[in-house]
Amino acid sequence: MRNLTPHITIAAPATVRLEKDARSSRLVLGGEWIVAEAARMNQALRALKFAGLTEIAIDGSAITMLDSAGAWLILRAKYALEAAHVRVTGPDLPERYRTLYERLVQEALAPPVTHPPRYGVEQFLERIGRATIHILHQSYDIVGFLGRVSVETWEAITSPRRELPFPAFIQQIEETGLTALPIVGMLAFLLGIVLAYQGADQLKRFNAQIYTIDFLGVGFLREIGGLVTAIIVAGRSGSAFTAQIGTMRVNEETDAMQTIGLNVAEILVLPRVLGLMVALPLLTFFADVVGIIGGMVMTYFDLGYTIPAFMRELESAITLKTLLVGLVKAPVFAFVIALVGCFEGLRVERNAASVGRLTTRSVVESIFLIIALDAVFSILFSVLGI
Amino acid sequence: MNEQTNGGEVAIRIRGLVNAFGDAVIHDHIDLDVYRGEVLGVVGGSGAGKSVLLRSIVGLNRPRSGSIQVFGQETAEADSEDFKGLQLRWGVLFQGGALFSSQTVAQNIEVPMRRWTHMSQELMDGLAAMKLSLVGLPPETAQKYPSELSGGMTKRAGLARAIALDPELLFLDEPTSGLDPISAAHFDELVRNLQQSLGLTVFLVTHDLDTLRAITDRIAVLVDKKIKVGTIETLSRDPNPWIHEYFCGVRGHAALAEHG
Repeated sequence: MRNLTPHITIAAPATVRLEKDARSSRLVLGGEWIVAEAARMNQALRALKFAGLTEIAIDGSAITMLDSAGAWLILRAKYALEAAHVRVTGPDLPERYRTLYERLVQEALAPPVTHPPRYGVEQFLERIGRATIHILHQSYDIVGFLGRVSVETWEAITSPRRELPFPAFIQQIEETGLTALPIVGMLAFLLGIVLAYQGADQLKRFNAQIYTIDFLGVGFLREIGGLVTAIIVAGRSGSAFTAQIGTMRVNEETDAMQTIGLNVAEILVLPRVLGLMVALPLLTFFADVVGIIGGMVMTYFDLGYTIPAFMRELESAITLKTLLVGLVKAPVFAFVIALVGCFEGLRVERNAASVGRLTTRSVVESIFLIIALDAVFSILFSVLGI
Repeated sequence: MNEQTNGGEVAIRIRGLVNAFGDAVIHDHIDLDVYRGEVLGVVGGSGAGKSVLLRSIVGLNRPRSGSIQVFGQETAEADSEDFKGLQLRWGVLFQGGALFSSQTVAQNIEVPMRRWTHMSQELMDGLAAMKLSLVGLPPETAQKYPSELSGGMTKRAGLARAIALDPELLFLDEPTSGLDPISAAHFDELVRNLQQSLGLTVFLVTHDLDTLRAITDRIAVLVDKKIKVGTIETLSRDPNPWIHEYFCGVRGHAALAEHG
């Protein structure tokens, strides 16, 4: 019996001894052949010189404790000897360990497990290849998904066959819009301050600090407000979409919907797409206003412009068009964020790890697409002369 | 078997255990002894606290009061040095297998070896292959990831990890749930076989009457926040309605008749 104290105490260390005489040889084993001794005994067995033997008896009768690791080592040594054409008798083992040993004999000796190869140049190239193919497949799939959602969205708006999941739609506006107000407001305010401060610093050198307000107004309304809001929402709501839908996938909820005959795209995707398309332009407008206020506070303390003076200058710098150019991008960004978020969510496999992986991917992809689309918009507007 | 184990050494000794979540009392001062070398089946209705009992014993759940000793060592002091020594003397098979999803089956089996011994990679690979064949998995399973395994294979791989260090005490949480009856019967046979050849003490949480019949020496029933211990024969004469229904209901009769 093993020692009952909770520490691994080895009462009698395992021993192995090779006894050779003129006619026969014996491998004498003793002590505790347990897993804690396996590393040592593995080396001891490897170190023994069996060369020139034709016959050997394994004597394990002095073994005081044996577990499967020990029995496996003994069995492996026996097979190795037999493979070298040595006739092996035994091992003699105490009666109580016969069952364990016989059990291992039945299993024969499986070859050691192998591990998948680690990184080499070949694997590196293979991964690049796989990733490329994966991206192509992914692009193909997301275009298909885009088409499906576009059609569904269009039908839902123009000819609502069934009742739109209206409460879900409102709930999405609340979750993605209303609850995002504090973080979006906070960041827009700080960005307003930063932009005004940087602008004022540079423009002071030309004694043109009054144009800080023009710079702030145009920059924030046309570009910064919309872009920053979209990026925050991509991180906040895009990831939430993937995680929510992904968890439903893991839980087989989406499968249940399908078997009941519910349209998964309509129930899960539409409220999110439409909700975000309403919420993001509103959030962008809010960010624009708060950002300008941030800049106003900054110019008041740094440059000494009063609020009426700020307003007059702002009015001369921006028109309604400036605001609209920024806002018109918001629904497009919203569509992309919701589309990618839902797409990746629906791709989740039935394991928890893939929820995390695809959530990360969803955020990265939507931020990438937002910035790429913003560049496209800039080119488009400049070509159109807006 | 019952008489023998009663006289034997106690592997797990539970005294006055109370577990409660908020106001909901799960265990109300229960006492239980598990003897060395026996297979103890733990049954009870859903929510009766079978898994909570298992988790309390292995130190994953701190009981409200009472004492749990494993090999004479208090497990409530889960951070003590002595407790760490216990961890290599038991193996736990969780209900869903709880294989580490980022590692292959072979790497999973080698985790306890890496944690507790200084074996070379080559030796661990050999022993891992042996454990795989002991639990009846083909060698090519070694390289697979848990997501690529079927339910039955996951349980077997989890069992292989649980016995990686030849523990003296094996905890099994519903090992046959979710398996078809044939796989379940094979799994029972495997557990019995390993228990005999490795000399294990097994603490088995299950719902499966066939499993109880096939491999347990004694049965502990969790009912009405208390525990009742006996064999199928003694428990089926128990006056408690739940226990009676459990062992003498339609399903109970079928299982009894089958094993006759």
